[in-house]
Amino acid sequence: MAETQNHILNEVTQGEYKYGFVTDIETETIAKGLNEDVVRKISELKGEPEFMLEFRLNAYRKWLQMEMPEWAHLKIPPIDYQDIIYYAAPKKKAQLDSLDEVDPELLNTFNKLGIPLEEQKLLSGVAVDAVMDSVSVKTTFKETLAEKGIIFCSFSDAVKEHPDLVKKYLGMSVPYDDNYFAALNSAVFSDGSFIYIPKGVRCPMELSTYFRINAAKTGQFERTLIIADDESYVSYLEGCTAPMRDENQLHAAVVEIIALEHAEVKYSTVQNWYPGDKAGRGGIYNFVTKRGLCKGESSKISWTQVETGSAITWKYPSCVLMGENSVGEFYSVAVTNNYQQADTGTKMIHIGKNTRSRIVSKGISAGFSDNSYRGLVKVIPRAENSRNFSQCDSLLLGDKCGAHTFPYIEVGNKSSIVEHEATTSKIGEDQIFYCNQRGISTEDAVAMIISGYVREVINQLPMEFAVEAQKLLQISLEGSVG
Amino acid sequence: MKETVATQNYTAVEDITGLYQSNTELFLEGSPDFMNDVRGKALDDFVRQGIPSTKDENYKYTDLRPVFEGDFNVFPSYVDQEIDFLSLFKCDVPKLDTFVILTVNGWYYQRNRNLDLPEGVIIGSLAQAAREHPELVAQYYGKQVKTGKDPLAALNTLLAKDGLFIYVPDNIVIEKPLQVINLLRAKNDSFSTQRNLFIVGKNSQLKVVFCDHTLSKKKFVSNKLTEIYVQENAVFDFYNIQNQHNESANLNSTFICQKASSNIQINTASLHGGVVRNNLEVLLNGEYAEANVYGISLTDNKQHVDNYTHVDHAKPNCTSNQLFKNVLDEESTGAFAGRIHVWRDAQKTVAFQRNNNVLMSANAKIDTKPQLVIDANDVKCSHGATVGRIDTEALFYLRARGISEKEAKLLLMFAFVHEVIAQIRVKPLQERLDELVDKRFRGEISKCHKCMFDCNPKSLK
Amino acid sequence: MLKINNLHVSIEGKKILKGINLEINPGEVHAIMGPNGSGKSTLANVLAGREDYVIEEGEVTFFGEDLLKLSPEDRARKGLFLSFQYPVEIPGVSMVNFMKTAVNEVRKYRGQKQLTASEFLKLMREKKELVELNSDLASRSVNEGFSGGEKKRNEIFQMAMLEPKLSILDETDSGLDIDALRTVASGVNALKSPQNATVLVTHYQRLLDYIVPDYVHVLYKGRIVKTAGKELAFELEEKGYDWIKKELDEEES
Repeated sequence: MAETQNHILNEVTQGEYKYGFVTDIETETIAKGLNEDVVRKISELKGEPEFMLEFRLNAYRKWLQMEMPEWAHLKIPPIDYQDIIYYAAPKKKAQLDSLDEVDPELLNTFNKLGIPLEEQKLLSGVAVDAVMDSVSVKTTFKETLAEKGIIFCSFSDAVKEHPDLVKKYLGMSVPYDDNYFAALNSAVFSDGSFIYIPKGVRCPMELSTYFRINAAKTGQFERTLIIADDESYVSYLEGCTAPMRDENQLHAAVVEIIALEHAEVKYSTVQNWYPGDKAGRGGIYNFVTKRGLCKGESSKISWTQVETGSAITWKYPSCVLMGENSVGEFYSVAVTNNYQQADTGTKMIHIGKNTRSRIVSKGISAGFSDNSYRGLVKVIPRAENSRNFSQCDSLLLGDKCGAHTFPYIEVGNKSSIVEHEATTSKIGEDQIFYCNQRGISTEDAVAMIISGYVREVINQLPMEFAVEAQKLLQISLEGSVG
Repeated sequence: MKETVATQNYTAVEDITGLYQSNTELFLEGSPDFMNDVRGKALDDFVRQGIPSTKDENYKYTDLRPVFEGDFNVFPSYVDQEIDFLSLFKCDVPKLDTFVILTVNGWYYQRNRNLDLPEGVIIGSLAQAAREHPELVAQYYGKQVKTGKDPLAALNTLLAKDGLFIYVPDNIVIEKPLQVINLLRAKNDSFSTQRNLFIVGKNSQLKVVFCDHTLSKKKFVSNKLTEIYVQENAVFDFYNIQNQHNESANLNSTFICQKASSNIQINTASLHGGVVRNNLEVLLNGEYAEANVYGISLTDNKQHVDNYTHVDHAKPNCTSNQLFKNVLDEESTGAFAGRIHVWRDAQKTVAFQRNNNVLMSANAKIDTKPQLVIDANDVKCSHGATVGRIDTEALFYLRARGISEKEAKLLLMFAFVHEVIAQIRVKPLQERLDELVDKRFRGEISKCHKCMFDCNPKSLK
Repeated sequence: MLKINNLHVSIEGKKILKGINLEINPGEVHAIMGPNGSGKSTLANVLAGREDYVIEEGEVTFFGEDLLKLSPEDRARKGLFLSFQYPVEIPGVSMVNFMKTAVNEVRKYRGQKQLTASEFLKLMREKKELVELNSDLASRSVNEGFSGGEKKRNEIFQMAMLEPKLSILDETDSGLDIDALRTVASGVNALKSPQNATVLVTHYQRLLDYIVPDYVHVLYKGRIVKTAGKELAFELEEKGYDWIKKELDEEES
């Protein structure tokens, strides 16, 4: 049976990356390399006010003094930061006021990715901000949302149109000097999405950003800022793809969320950057800093991620639970195959009283990959009656891959309860046999078992995307299961 | 009491280096080449790594620099002192028939009585064994110790002169446990180095009980390193009862290499001690070997206990269990770092690890990082860690039967740590430890504690 | 011995008991019946002193003393015993150690002399027989690994050991097969005396075939809505609770 299993395993893991095409479009770039002039140039190109330039320069100067973190269970080849293009934008005719002005080639690209930007073609419940390389191409349903006072626009537009909000909240969750990659992002980020949900407003549709790396030799550095004012609610989803290239491309994003009193933010990610080929050539380095601040009392931030892409992932979406009774959640499925490496997890920092957090992490490793969960649960002395539960499971689908679990638990409060559980195993032969005996093929059995294994996480996704994510999982693991 | 003193006045790495360099001859004297030849590298390794601090991932929750502050005597040579065996026998475990020997300030006590041992078994001074059986000792000495990655091991290797040597040849079962009363006694604040080496031959069995005590009200730092080789099908038990006073720092490193089908149990009870750091590395280097690694710590005052374990599954079909429990009161702090590493192709590994903690006071703190590093797929591995309070349901049940809240809490705490003690494979020792734990929780430990020393830290100052 | 006057209780802001009045005298057996969620277990737990509940109003006296002020252990020592609906498992605490501690604490409180180890073991053997509890208690932890029936027998065994004045048996019949039920009931009956009283909290009538109550109370929506002799239990068994619900809901509207 082991042989059949290996055979099916190979079939499942050898699914082709569907999004590897390149769009032939004229791109405006600046010269590769990084120095203070490049930082100034980016700011200038974007026509930014002084405070933005200052933010960038502070970050850049700090970054120069920092070192790349080495604590993750990753083998990261040296990165030549002078060999990266820090700004690339599809050449545009003028302002993109209406869809007619969007380059048809771009529309095509997003159509091919399954993200039509014509509003009538979109899923009616989803508003999309499409980001190609460094800049936002188009944001849909802007007007519909504006009626409720919701701001959903590109980061660049937000800097121009809502500078006060940007100034107030930028860097609040993730300070410019937070870590090496966050500092780099703060210095050179080019665009991203900005969301503000006003007091008492429940956002009527899913908001979504679709990120696409297209140009060669470029890095992508986007920045997302979500502010949920008192008693508001928003569900946000991001997706991402990139062309197949032999080179490695750097993606260093920052996401900041601020939830005020009784506000709730649900942030879902389906990460499908190009993972590199079967021999481990090429692929995206996905070094991302995501952090939510549950600033207000009874606020809630929930992270859900389905990570299937990228050559290397370094990512820890976190919650700082400041408000009393605030809640943080982290649901993750991370799949690695071939030579992919992932070191991902979360941090739950309990500061306020009666704060609750829940971590559910499901790792799946196949091929020659390494997949690590790394997490921190910290309860400070005054965070009375805090509660955390973590479940971190790993599934190994081959004998040449690795699955690792590195939780850190720091508790300084006696009335709090923290529980962590982790298991590592392969798919039970008895389970497969049981399915076989009921007439189910091994391949189907494995698919069923995996889908059961990740269900708790997938269920957290908005419905349309749950289906998408399931498919993506099957594709990423196609041929690897047995 | 006569006491020779090497040098005082060191506060940091440079001082230790200086101490060694200006007294090199003393440190080399009486040791064979295989012990002396590695000191040079150990010195370099120690200087490069320095005294472990929280910057070191392996010491993230324990800063040892304050421990090394101050002036200490060190003991590069044996210092004879008279120790009243009779009074120490009171500290013996009742009903437990053991071979008893003493080690003092890291050295094998030369007035130990001869033990009635099976033929071929050696239990004695490492320095002496190294002189009398150089080939045997050299074959094992330092083979598991990576001074380049472990500053305490480097420091120990640099200064090692003596300690306990045990050699059990193949096919010998020693039923009677060996009890080592490991004493610190000096007129001045002292830094001691102890180097132990145990070899348990094929199909042989041995049980060792180490009882750490302090006999004088001085500040002590002891850096003990124990290398253990457990050969095919051998069974080895190692019980550590740590009961030093709260002005002491008890630094322990234990390295165990297991061959096929061997079975070990390590059980460490940290009852007292100012700063306790237990490094434990187990290498399962033969199929069907089994390692059971347990520990409890009961801390109060400003104690700090840090258990660091690393179990390496290098070969298929091995089993390991780790269970560590901590009860922390007052301003004490605790840490646990446990790692299971399953090597590539170490299939059919079964490895479990659990760490449970109870915080009894608002100022106590626990940091724990259980880790799984798994590079083989046909494995059953899990770990769990909890930090919590006493089960309120159970507390209510006990109180509803008329048991006072205080007593009910004691019962529950006792039950909490009993799970670890229940694993001990020497019944009288298990009972004795239960009793010690009970008394420790009731604050009576200093009364029962026969090391002539009142452990209550308030009376220390 | 027990007087409950206008007792109102809530948990997490939700009102459960809304004005309970009840008087229990030595020698009596009371049955408190009612549909699920009527507040039966809440009443039992409040009397035993569980902390999660908030007393909104009313008083309870036990031999003239304010019961609600007392800690759970003092209530037990004064002779109030609760047989738990779901006895909690306490790993690592041996039955012998647990019971010995409890018996001696209660004796100390009552001014009786402490039992020696052999006296205690003798007492234990004697009382174990009463409920046919055969298991080797010395080696087992409190309730750990006990079957449902064993747990309930263990509760009655503890009752026998502690010799309470007032025993509240919370759903002691649930989960018992007919033999276990008979054993438990005969244990309870054997412990009955003119000096003590028993409260049976139950959903079904079948326990009352074995332990005959003097009074049957029906608890519904947090109040005692009907009190009568044992015949009420038979009526409930026959007709279910619906007729009472109907009667009352009609009254309300």
